[in-house]
Amino acid sequence: MTTSRILKSKAFSVKEKRQILTEKFKRLMIGNAQRKGIIGTGIIYLLLISIGFVYLYPILYMFATSLMSLGDLLDNSVRWIPSAIYTKNYSDALMVMNYWNSLLKNLVVSLTPTVLQVIVCSLTAYGFARFRFKGKRALLFIMILTFVIPPQILMIPNYLLYTDMGLVGSLNALILPALLGQGLQSAVMILIFYQFYAPIPNSLVEAAQIDGANHLQIYWSIGIRSAIPAIIVVFTFSFVFYWNETYLTSMYLGNNAGGFSTEWTTLLLELGRFQQSYESIYPVAENSGNRLNEAIRFAGTILAIAPLLFSAGILQRYLVESIDSAGITGE
Amino acid sequence: MKKRIKLSLLQRNAMAGYLFILPWCLGICIFVARPLYQSILFAFHDVKMFPGGRELFFVGFQNFIDIWIRDMYFITRLIAFFTNTVLRVPVIVVFALMMAILINQKIRFQGLFRTIFFLPVIIISGPVISELMAQGAATVPMLDTAMIASFLNEIFPNWLATPIVDIFNQIILILWFSGVQILIFLAALQKVNPSLYEAAKIDGGSGWECFWKITLPTIKPIILVNLIYTVVTLSNSDTNDIITLIMLNIFSGNRGYGFATAMAWMYTVLVAIILLVIFSFFIEREDKRLKDVRKRNKKEQKLIRKARKTIARNEIKMERQKLRNLKKQAG
Repeated sequence: MTTSRILKSKAFSVKEKRQILTEKFKRLMIGNAQRKGIIGTGIIYLLLISIGFVYLYPILYMFATSLMSLGDLLDNSVRWIPSAIYTKNYSDALMVMNYWNSLLKNLVVSLTPTVLQVIVCSLTAYGFARFRFKGKRALLFIMILTFVIPPQILMIPNYLLYTDMGLVGSLNALILPALLGQGLQSAVMILIFYQFYAPIPNSLVEAAQIDGANHLQIYWSIGIRSAIPAIIVVFTFSFVFYWNETYLTSMYLGNNAGGFSTEWTTLLLELGRFQQSYESIYPVAENSGNRLNEAIRFAGTILAIAPLLFSAGILQRYLVESIDSAGITGE
Repeated sequence: MKKRIKLSLLQRNAMAGYLFILPWCLGICIFVARPLYQSILFAFHDVKMFPGGRELFFVGFQNFIDIWIRDMYFITRLIAFFTNTVLRVPVIVVFALMMAILINQKIRFQGLFRTIFFLPVIIISGPVISELMAQGAATVPMLDTAMIASFLNEIFPNWLATPIVDIFNQIILILWFSGVQILIFLAALQKVNPSLYEAAKIDGGSGWECFWKITLPTIKPIILVNLIYTVVTLSNSDTNDIITLIMLNIFSGNRGYGFATAMAWMYTVLVAIILLVIFSFFIEREDKRLKDVRKRNKKEQKLIRKARKTIARNEIKMERQKLRNLKKQAG
């Protein structure tokens, strides 16, 4: 019976009505075995929202601060919402980081190895997943081993190798490893592709073979098409990894790349030497208004991660679905 | 005249497989196997750089001894890394598990929350982290860290209090490291068989009991995966002090490659020990149970075999007796 009907009906006395209603209220608030009550759900939402806020706090704080003028920064009464939206921080940061030029270069620096990595990893995984050959188990084991080998051990000999090959200071230092399947976290990427190629039914491949398709054609028309979620995941992650990679880029492409001067740069490298660049544009003068403040630095940081947020925003719907179906659960 | 070697279909397939993974194999040889060999070599040598090339002087274990005796930073940083890892890994993994369980409830905006908790994974990188830490945006503003610090300093000795205070100071950044782990846990939780929970509920199990008796045992392997993942990411992170130290030593004049590689190896050994401890902790218990069962089985089988033997012997004896009796009767 609904609440209004209970209230209207004359079958119950007032006391009974009160009892029934409190019982109903209790069930609504606390819930029973089948359903959670309002209190339980409320606590969950409260927890999620507050933790989510704490989680995003640095980003929100960064964004709010980046829109503040110097007056707002010094004003103690302004904590979150700037009194006026002040965009000079961004224009300053754009200039200091030489933004559009750096962005273009950064896109080349991160996209080229990413694309190569996707292609090579998918080919390798197809080889591992669809063919039987001697030594396959040993090779797979070696592949997993490469994931575990700490990079700092290989760092030094690889640096020497690149120096000997004359790769330091050129984009080839990133392209060559990616081309040979040794890019950033390649082993994980290969395993992700592997999970998509392995369950392709053999009969499908055999049918294609009978129709006269060679292995590359089969790979192209059957393999690739069943691994589209994997392509999205691997592409996004590789792009993010290459974008966030400062340690390789500063070693091989940065200004101090073993004394080689390079024409390549990335936004994160620019962010790393933000202070230097700023001071060379605005020479430090005592008591001058245009000293470097945290608002400008934050504006620079936001500009440096903006392309990531942008691409993740576009791909996010596919990304979450693909991560689910890629089953990156270590199985 | 060209003579084509005829291969069977199986052999041809194997060849195709090799061709697919050929680039990767080349990469392994050039960028993993050779550097690995070289880095072992370097660790036992003094590497002198000349304009024309480099020369190795064998020094035995001198590099390793120097690291422990001569280097003033290595031991302190190693200890700091060790305590930091031991304290942070449980925080990250437990937080990830809690968040995964919260998100896994039947709630609205599940996708939104998942995105929020995944967002930091995309933007986390060395320069961004250092930028945030420099501006003090890495901690919860409501948290009175100064008070916590003085409180902890009274209870714990200094070497333990400092890392704990550090955790509170950078709590958000530490939590940011749990994005991938949350996703992994979430995928695992969604694969737990729901009929298990139904059965438990019918038997009167509360949610709390279900968590300890069903959820935790089922996702135990995933916890191991996450622990390892966390240790590996923490130890390879850009902001790690030891990595910076190794990089510094590479380019320092009087130390050089040999010293730096030896240091990298020492560091790797420590990380490997941490991983092994985690591994043994997770695997031992199950093995013990299995071993007990196996032992018991073996014992039982031995007993059975013995019993069979004695039975057989007795049977033979009986037969002989019968024969003798027969002979006697005949005689």
